[in-house]
Amino acid sequence: MSVMAHATAAQSGAGEATAKRGGWTPYWLLLPGLLWLVVFFIVPTVQLFTVSLQSQFPDYPGYYYRDVNVGNYATAFSQFLGHFGRSLFFAGLATIFGFLLGYPLAYAMAFKAGKWRNVMMICVIAPFFTSFILRTIAWRQILADEGPVVSTLKFLHVMPENGRITETAIAVVAGLTYNFLPFMVLPIYASLERADPRLIEAGGDLYANGFTTFRTVTLPLSMPGVLAGTLLTFIPAAGDYVNAELLGSDISTKMVGNVIESQFFKVPGGFPTAASLSFTLMALILVLVMVYVRRFGTEELV
Amino acid sequence: MAGNADALKNAQGDLRIESVTKRFGDFVAVDDLSLVVPRGSFFALLGPSGCGKTTMLRMIAGLEQPTLGRVLIGETDLTGSRPYERPVNTVFQSYALFPHLTIRDNVAFGPKRRKAADAEKQADEALALVQLSHLAARKPAQLSGGQQQRVAVARAIVNRPEVLLLDEPLGALDLKLRRQMQIELKRIQSEVGLTFVHVTHDQEEAMTMADTVAVMNEGRIEQMGPPEILYDLPRTPFVANFLGQTNLIPVTYGGRDGDWQRVSASGRTFQVAAARTNETSGALALGVRPEKVRIHETEPDGRGGLTSVIGPGTVADVSFTGVSTQYLVDVPGFGRWGVFEQNLDVERIDTRVGDTAWLSWDAGHSFVVTGGEELHAGMETIDEAAP
Ligand SMILES: Nc1ncnc2c1ncn2[C@@H]1O[C@H](COP(=O)(O)OP(=O)(O)OP(=O)(O)O)[C@@H](O)[C@H]1O
Ligand SMILES: [Mg+2]
Repeated sequence: MSVMAHATAAQSGAGEATAKRGGWTPYWLLLPGLLWLVVFFIVPTVQLFTVSLQSQFPDYPGYYYRDVNVGNYATAFSQFLGHFGRSLFFAGLATIFGFLLGYPLAYAMAFKAGKWRNVMMICVIAPFFTSFILRTIAWRQILADEGPVVSTLKFLHVMPENGRITETAIAVVAGLTYNFLPFMVLPIYASLERADPRLIEAGGDLYANGFTTFRTVTLPLSMPGVLAGTLLTFIPAAGDYVNAELLGSDISTKMVGNVIESQFFKVPGGFPTAASLSFTLMALILVLVMVYVRRFGTEELV
Repeated sequence: MAGNADALKNAQGDLRIESVTKRFGDFVAVDDLSLVVPRGSFFALLGPSGCGKTTMLRMIAGLEQPTLGRVLIGETDLTGSRPYERPVNTVFQSYALFPHLTIRDNVAFGPKRRKAADAEKQADEALALVQLSHLAARKPAQLSGGQQQRVAVARAIVNRPEVLLLDEPLGALDLKLRRQMQIELKRIQSEVGLTFVHVTHDQEEAMTMADTVAVMNEGRIEQMGPPEILYDLPRTPFVANFLGQTNLIPVTYGGRDGDWQRVSASGRTFQVAAARTNETSGALALGVRPEKVRIHETEPDGRGGLTSVIGPGTVADVSFTGVSTQYLVDVPGFGRWGVFEQNLDVERIDTRVGDTAWLSWDAGHSFVVTGGEELHAGMETIDEAAP
């Protein structure tokens, strides 16, 4: 904005020198941020990309030479297709559950909480004061075989005697849903909070009952928040490995994040595979997000 | 239950407010207010900011429930029902257009909810009525304030409600467009025969448009009636000051002579028509509208007759406004008086500030209201409300 304002000011007759200085100031202000991005994002990304195309010296495990070995991608993809699928599936489920839990919570905070609003807000944010890892480990206690959830379900005969929750996909999805819930709630809350209550009243005034007003007015008004919330949940959840590591089993619930981690740190000679997996995941998420934003970001849901 | 909903939806008749009170905590926003708006009439609610106009409309629309009392259309009691069940639509003070919908979809919102097959067509017709057809595909954010206001009007009238509530719908328009919309609204109202309840700050707008004007103050209706009567014979100092301007002076009661009452102030006695005397006890005030007062360079001969005279005074201000000239005259014992004189001649006005002047008026044009502390009630608000 200010760049444009400066540009117009310059055109409308300001001196050459002032125009130049005014024109460059915003870029100087951008410089620290740009430098940061270049050093800590662009350079590592390029580096990772070159690694993803390296080949191993035959007979020297752990030694690589620069190459354009597209085969790495083929192997990564074919070998770990299941993990990709699982990652996207788990992240998708966590996003859906997060939305189903988070929207009513955000709605209650914005419209029904009254003086309790701040208390609710603190309750949503408070978990951030302890570590992500600690909270996930706590979930392991909660869902443990002898823990409160499992014993209650067994007592109610909803679960077979030898059933368990930890080491299953349920535990991983539950963990993901829980850990990213605030990222869903806060943007939705922010957009609902900003919505003019008169608009919701106008819906009622124009013959829409409570549910119809919600569907045709409140929900579309909160779409920017829903979009932000779902992306902030889905993207990190798809790349997450902590939940699968701590709550899942060793085989059947591993996500791409776990594979990348083990290829990097545990499998000798896994560097190129890990790098190409990282890139594939990034590309996949990018494509999905673009399709999603195209669909819901610009168009109304009416 | 379904029968009840249908009854509400199809309610017809006069709008009746019966002893409605609305409290917010300890604060009384609307105080035991009763009124009847005949079906198909144009009713204006006029009052200073914060007097409870919007609150009253919200109770009619169902967006707020009265603490006490009832709201009815004809014989159908609306009290307690939801806004979407009532045959009532509102043009909100803040427009409240849906930002995510196009103008056409905004206007079609009501008809669509009522499952009208030709919702789009109805919307287009309503937009044509407010002369905005060419903007139908835009979003509200791309419209000027005045255009948004007209969309808000179209969005409400498209539903042909039994009662249409307008909360200062013309506030953001410039004078020309405002006059145009006033005529347009009036036309729509008489054409479609809807009951309009129009809230406004603008006394001129209220008087030109409405069949009945109610002046509201602090949650109560001070006076209600046809605009001419309200203007001609205000019953309280508040109404006298709020609706136009008035010269008001404190007077004491002096007795009755047939059709006339006598009041006196600063050693002078004035005659007032008995029918125009609202009060005869307690603190009283005599009122004369500035356009009913004449200004003289020499003392007019009015004593004994039915012309009241005060003076000599000093001219404090002369302002030429084209149609009329306004004088402010300080008369010892009577304070500062305003006089509007129509400019019937083309001669230059030779009255100057500092000149001596006498004022006179036809005794039949004055009126008496309660005086005392209330003398200046409703006065400041005139300046505040003037656009
Ligand atoms: N929800 C509420 N809670 C508490 N007080 C309220 C509420 N709504 C309105 N009031 C108070 O009631 C009074 C009347 O408000 P209202 O909005 O009806 O005024 P108004 O006559 O429409 O004024 P304006 O001409 O400025 O729009 C005001 O003093 C206001 O502060
Ligand atoms: Mg108001």
